[in-house]
Amino acid sequence: MSIWFVPRDAAARSMGADAVALALEGRGETVIRNGSRGMLWMEPLVERAESRHGARVGWANMTAAQIEAGLPDEQSTQYVGVVEEIDYLARQNRWIYERVGVTDPIDPEDYLAHGGLSGLKNALAMSGSDVVQAVTDSGLRGRGGAGFPAGIKWRTVADQSPAPHAGESPSAAAHKYICVNADEGDSGTFADRMLMEGDPFCLLEGMTIAAHAVGADRGLVYLRSEYPDAIATLQAAIWIAREQGWLGEGILGSELNFDVEIRVGAGSYVCGEETAMLESLEGRRGMVRAKPPLPAIKGLFGTPTVINNVLTIASVPSILARGAEAYAALGQERSLGTQVFQLAGNIAHGGIVETAFGITARALVADFGGGTRSGRPIRAVQLGGPLGAYLPDDKLDVAMTYEALAEAGGMIGHGGIVVFDETVNMAEQARFAMDFCVEESCGKCTPCRIGAVRGVETIDKIRAGQDVAGNTALLRDLCDVMTQGSLCAMGGLTPNPVLSAINQFPEDFQSPVIATG
Amino acid sequence: MNHSRYPEWQAEAAEALIAPIVAAEPGPVLLCLQAVQAHFGYVPGDAVGMIAKACNVSRADAHGVFTFYADLRDTPPPAVPVRLCAAEACQAVGGRELKTDWAAACGDDAVLAGLTGVDEPIFCLGNCALGPAALVDGELMGCADVARLKAAVTQAQATGEAL
Repeated sequence: MSIWFVPRDAAARSMGADAVALALEGRGETVIRNGSRGMLWMEPLVERAESRHGARVGWANMTAAQIEAGLPDEQSTQYVGVVEEIDYLARQNRWIYERVGVTDPIDPEDYLAHGGLSGLKNALAMSGSDVVQAVTDSGLRGRGGAGFPAGIKWRTVADQSPAPHAGESPSAAAHKYICVNADEGDSGTFADRMLMEGDPFCLLEGMTIAAHAVGADRGLVYLRSEYPDAIATLQAAIWIAREQGWLGEGILGSELNFDVEIRVGAGSYVCGEETAMLESLEGRRGMVRAKPPLPAIKGLFGTPTVINNVLTIASVPSILARGAEAYAALGQERSLGTQVFQLAGNIAHGGIVETAFGITARALVADFGGGTRSGRPIRAVQLGGPLGAYLPDDKLDVAMTYEALAEAGGMIGHGGIVVFDETVNMAEQARFAMDFCVEESCGKCTPCRIGAVRGVETIDKIRAGQDVAGNTALLRDLCDVMTQGSLCAMGGLTPNPVLSAINQFPEDFQSPVIATG
Repeated sequence: MNHSRYPEWQAEAAEALIAPIVAAEPGPVLLCLQAVQAHFGYVPGDAVGMIAKACNVSRADAHGVFTFYADLRDTPPPAVPVRLCAAEACQAVGGRELKTDWAAACGDDAVLAGLTGVDEPIFCLGNCALGPAALVDGELMGCADVARLKAAVTQAQATGEAL
């Protein structure tokens, strides 16, 4: 008898996947709720196999009404053939996302059947120091945006002694923490969410490997409240992992004791900045801390703390399973391994593309993405989230690496790519960038707190046609102050979208328009 | 007016929620605020003082945490909250226009406006390839438009009343 797969991912659910699954069950069919393949324009993408691990064929954009009318067949116009042979998937190189969309995310047997825990088993057979070395050798860099080498961060934490919480007596229990930053606030990014919903055990396995490597005993995942499905799925996975002995005491028969809890955010973008995240985890306002001390030395509650993004940690199991050398053979320059790119905004084929660093932005947007959803020409592409630059269509041949993008005035950020068609007004986007900083600034440093407010005012004057040359010069000066003088990336990088809009699309700042606010 | 899904504010119940958090967790202020809101739907002023006392921080400190986070509210939530994503990926596919249209729809329909409350800005729901994204009573919607939003509100209201 056939087995049907209907994604439980929030994006698929947002397009009616639950009703489709119910309709299939209503017909007496066996339904497994898998993660999403990441071809989001096809959601709900319903798949069918003749056995649990057999080849799967699919139908895109299925509705419950269609299922109620009859099971889909190969003659349907929505039939997409063998799912893994679809060009969009076949051309990817999936490491982090190897199981996402394939497995039932919270079925531990499915996890094991698809290579789960092989990275952790390899790691536990090595010394912690050798695991740190493997991560260093892989070239893995932080995927949250800053791109700091993960191995160096881990080495720093590994070299510290565990410490009691700040304010406790020196004889109190000493800890080191693994804190995963799952505060994925950048617009145009959803890879953390889809990983946590589609393969949460992978994140837990990565955290456990990190704990073994640096000698940590506690793990926290700081997960944004805007992701209720991810919270529920990861929480379910934590409970199951404890039952399986994958978390807790004596993990997999080793001497490793490590457990993980979720902390839910409360609607603050700046808490994705690592020191603001620590403040929030300690229950305070998410105000950025000055560095030093580095969190690796004095982090959460004053203890040595690894802080990594979801994708950084989720890269580790496959690196330990397949080898650091194989990982480092991918990519170019100092951008090694794979990156999970996210195609978003006005794009025909939006979704997840995991591939080696070095692919061009154009290949992602045009070859994978298929151009705009509206069918109009591309005017601008924002790379790296709300703090990333806007590039015009003729600058998209840049290679997606940390180095090439920095040279082109952009950044890879968390791998998000937001496409705009020709209807976009770039002065409006520049204003939004400043306004977002007004909303989300933590308020600790003046360039960010005051500068963003002045930035909105000045852009409004430019858009109203008041002394355009003078106010543009003033805005550039203000951006310079914010870049040089802000304590963290919030104020320091907000000028990126603003200045790129002015520099690449000056015509949008010339003709007086009424500010729409 | 209190929405039926949440119990009326009750100090003893709040104290019972807070006590185990304070006992178990270092840095419990935000966790306590979140627990109170999850239970009662909002954080009344009385709760902020109670949490400050239980956590041994000043009332000003607890109030500072409360006001920092956009999620935390000091009034009961609307019956069927509707929130539209205000961030770039949704702007690229008509998010701004949807906000305008939704405000107009609520302006024309006092019952709808009363049910769904003010559309407070929310920045990114992680559904950036299927925008405009919206959150209707906690459920994510892709490719949102006014008609689908209204239908989802009606459905959520029916589900709520059936409970």
